[in-house]
Amino acid sequence: MIAMFERLSRPLFRLVPDNTHIPFMRGRIAGLAFSALLSVASVVLAITPGLEKGIDFKGGITMEVRTPGPADLPTIRTALARLPFGDVGVQQFGDPTTLLLRLPTQGEEAQTQAAVAATRSTIEQVAPGVRILRVEAVGNRVSDELFQGGMIALGLSLLAMMLYIWFRFEWQFGVGAVVTLILEVTKVIGFLAVTRIEFNLTTVAAVLTIVGFSVNDKVVVYDRMRENLRRFKTMPLRELIDRSINETLNRTLGTSMTLLLAALPLALFGGDTLAGFAWCMLFGIVISASSSIFIAAPILLFLGENRLRRGTEAVAAPVKAAPRT
Amino acid sequence: MSESRFQAMMYFARWKITAILSVCVLGLLVCIPNLVPRASLPGWFPTRQVNLGLDLRGGSYLLLEVDVNAVVRERLEGLADGARTRLRAANIGYVNLAADQAQRRLAFRVRDPAQVPAAMAVMRELGNPVALGAGATAPDIEVASSPDGTVSATLTEPSLRAKASGAVEQSIEIVRRRIDETGVSESLIARQGQSRILVQLPGVEDPNRIKQLLGQTARMTFHLLDETANPTAASPPPGVQFLPGDRDGQRYAVRRRVEVDGANLSNARAGQNGQTGEWVVNFTFDSIGTRRFAEITRANVNRPFAIVLDDKVITAPVIREPITGGSGQISGSFSAQTANDLAVLLRAGALPAPLTVVEERTVGPELGADAIRAGMIALSVGTLFVFLYMGLAYGLFGWFANIALLVNLILLCACLTLLEATLTLPGIAGIVLTLGTALDANVLINERIREETRNGRSPLNALETGFSKASGTIMDSNLTNLIAMACLYGFGSGPVKGFAVTVAIGTVVQMWTATTLVRLLVSIWYRTRRPRTLPV
Repeated sequence: MIAMFERLSRPLFRLVPDNTHIPFMRGRIAGLAFSALLSVASVVLAITPGLEKGIDFKGGITMEVRTPGPADLPTIRTALARLPFGDVGVQQFGDPTTLLLRLPTQGEEAQTQAAVAATRSTIEQVAPGVRILRVEAVGNRVSDELFQGGMIALGLSLLAMMLYIWFRFEWQFGVGAVVTLILEVTKVIGFLAVTRIEFNLTTVAAVLTIVGFSVNDKVVVYDRMRENLRRFKTMPLRELIDRSINETLNRTLGTSMTLLLAALPLALFGGDTLAGFAWCMLFGIVISASSSIFIAAPILLFLGENRLRRGTEAVAAPVKAAPRT
Repeated sequence: MSESRFQAMMYFARWKITAILSVCVLGLLVCIPNLVPRASLPGWFPTRQVNLGLDLRGGSYLLLEVDVNAVVRERLEGLADGARTRLRAANIGYVNLAADQAQRRLAFRVRDPAQVPAAMAVMRELGNPVALGAGATAPDIEVASSPDGTVSATLTEPSLRAKASGAVEQSIEIVRRRIDETGVSESLIARQGQSRILVQLPGVEDPNRIKQLLGQTARMTFHLLDETANPTAASPPPGVQFLPGDRDGQRYAVRRRVEVDGANLSNARAGQNGQTGEWVVNFTFDSIGTRRFAEITRANVNRPFAIVLDDKVITAPVIREPITGGSGQISGSFSAQTANDLAVLLRAGALPAPLTVVEERTVGPELGADAIRAGMIALSVGTLFVFLYMGLAYGLFGWFANIALLVNLILLCACLTLLEATLTLPGIAGIVLTLGTALDANVLINERIREETRNGRSPLNALETGFSKASGTIMDSNLTNLIAMACLYGFGSGPVKGFAVTVAIGTVVQMWTATTLVRLLVSIWYRTRRPRTLPV
């Protein structure tokens, strides 16, 4: 028993052995090119076939209903098709007694409520004893506003991150972080397009969380770089970046691992509403961890080859003193 | 080893230890009302509790929009009526009197240019004062004239804003009264933005009846009929409008002038007519209404008058004798339900403008219960995963971090309780994610301590440097999370705000637990064990 406690009080494993020296910088061109390619592909996918916009952003009506026995899909479909509200989508949702009905957005705001009422009474007629579990009806203008709000939040957070890092470090770091973030966010959008996960306010929340988490990751690597810049004044930037990445590798992977382990059960058991959110998070965590290593720091080499290195021959460029803490 | 060698980061004064521990205990106490029924707690216990969002407890959320244009339209119509009467009384000839809704303007041309100043004076008299704040008032219209003899009255921008704002405020009041009449408890009604009203109805599974009640402006007015006009003509004579009746194809020529307004009702009740047994609504006027109604009925015996509800004639009886008692009866083709609804609407008063439901989210209770269950499972499994990982990967310090994580969850819950925050489904996701991000600080500290140990520092020195050097990074990295959540809170809506709140609180709390609490645990451990090497 005591032996077990003894054993548990010491670390059982390390994600990355100490003294790891992986020359990440050697792969920087390939890494950046690959990342850029993925992001471009993502943007293309987000345009065609496009994102599966959720009701928050597209407007329309979603109803979740539960029938007493297995649902009679064809009858319900025909009955609902007779309503004058455009294409009604009827699909099974989870088990065979639960259905999801979708109606497109109506031209007039007031019409939306008429559609809800008509659909409600129709389904109650065709499937007696049906229980309506959930109704969501969002009008045109509201969905436009929600979409706008989501996009503003996203854009503003990117801007705020850049300003924050610029303020705390130097502008190269800020630009590096935002370029990396844009590459990441586009990939998450691409992921949504490929998996047909709904793009709604909840997924925007996931993307924003990823942005916050990812910058947090970059801050740690940048912090180490700044520390090393002061410690090894003559070390070539390339080597210095490599060193900083390797030194923080365990931490980057460790933090991503805890977040991954927390988000995984959410994806598996969190229910239908949260599953999309959680998968989006999981993908984002992986992307963010890998871009902390392959993109964020290497990008600095392009931006700051001359400026960030101090005490070497490249002092021609004016060097802003890093704030001493 | 003396206490003095115990360096700053690792030293805790006794009062500090007491303070830290009491925060933890207080946090736990604050959480208790959420877990056990109210009745089983002593009376002095704090009553605050986390509210469950509608998506978890079931209920209906409606976002209503006030049609502000209708307020403008109504004011312009009123102006036009007033202008007609006053101009005629002042013997001023005019043509082309028309209201322009888009320009918020009423304009007409005076036949005799010499009468333009007189016409302008008449129009100015029609202005209503608007409060501009600080006690100042200004008329709500601007009267102008052009060389060709056109006189125009334009609603001013401040008056428009005041009118819209007043209409929304008044609508909120009416909406509240109407919903209270239906007996829904704990409803929340609040203004949102410029012209919207948010209505939350916990426990309401089918908001249809409420939507119906809110969907009518319920403006009831009493008019005289124009018996000379032909209701089948193409267009009505001036000052008269054709309104539909209860049955299809029925049309009445109703004089525009409002004789008595529904606002002058003091009460309305549904009842049954003693002779015919049909459903009616009995109403009583207030003193002004009683007087006006008595005058009208006295002057118009044997003429028909119309009771108009939302531009529809409900009934148009002939006045048999003067009605001076101030009460009356509306009979139409009512059922028990419709008579009751009309009575409710009349009691609550008319909406100043129509309302449209622009967003509805209704969740039944079973779905909410499912969501809570799923969230709890995810939370427990996530906690288990994270605990095992932390403990196995970081050993003793990892287990310390796990203890801090538990405290973190309790304190997060305590904060939500003290703020009486609303817990939504995304909010639960936020708590689960906090599990992951909360350990970030500990990972940072542990890695740092390990590195310093490898650099050859003594255990105490390594602990000291680890905690102090990591703290700057921890601050930086957590601020980024807070920035992202602030953006989400500012521009998101509904349940997603709950997510931003939980993640933000979780981030702040974990900064404390991960550094201070873990540091305390490590310090106690170090003092009792005096290890020569650190288990990192």
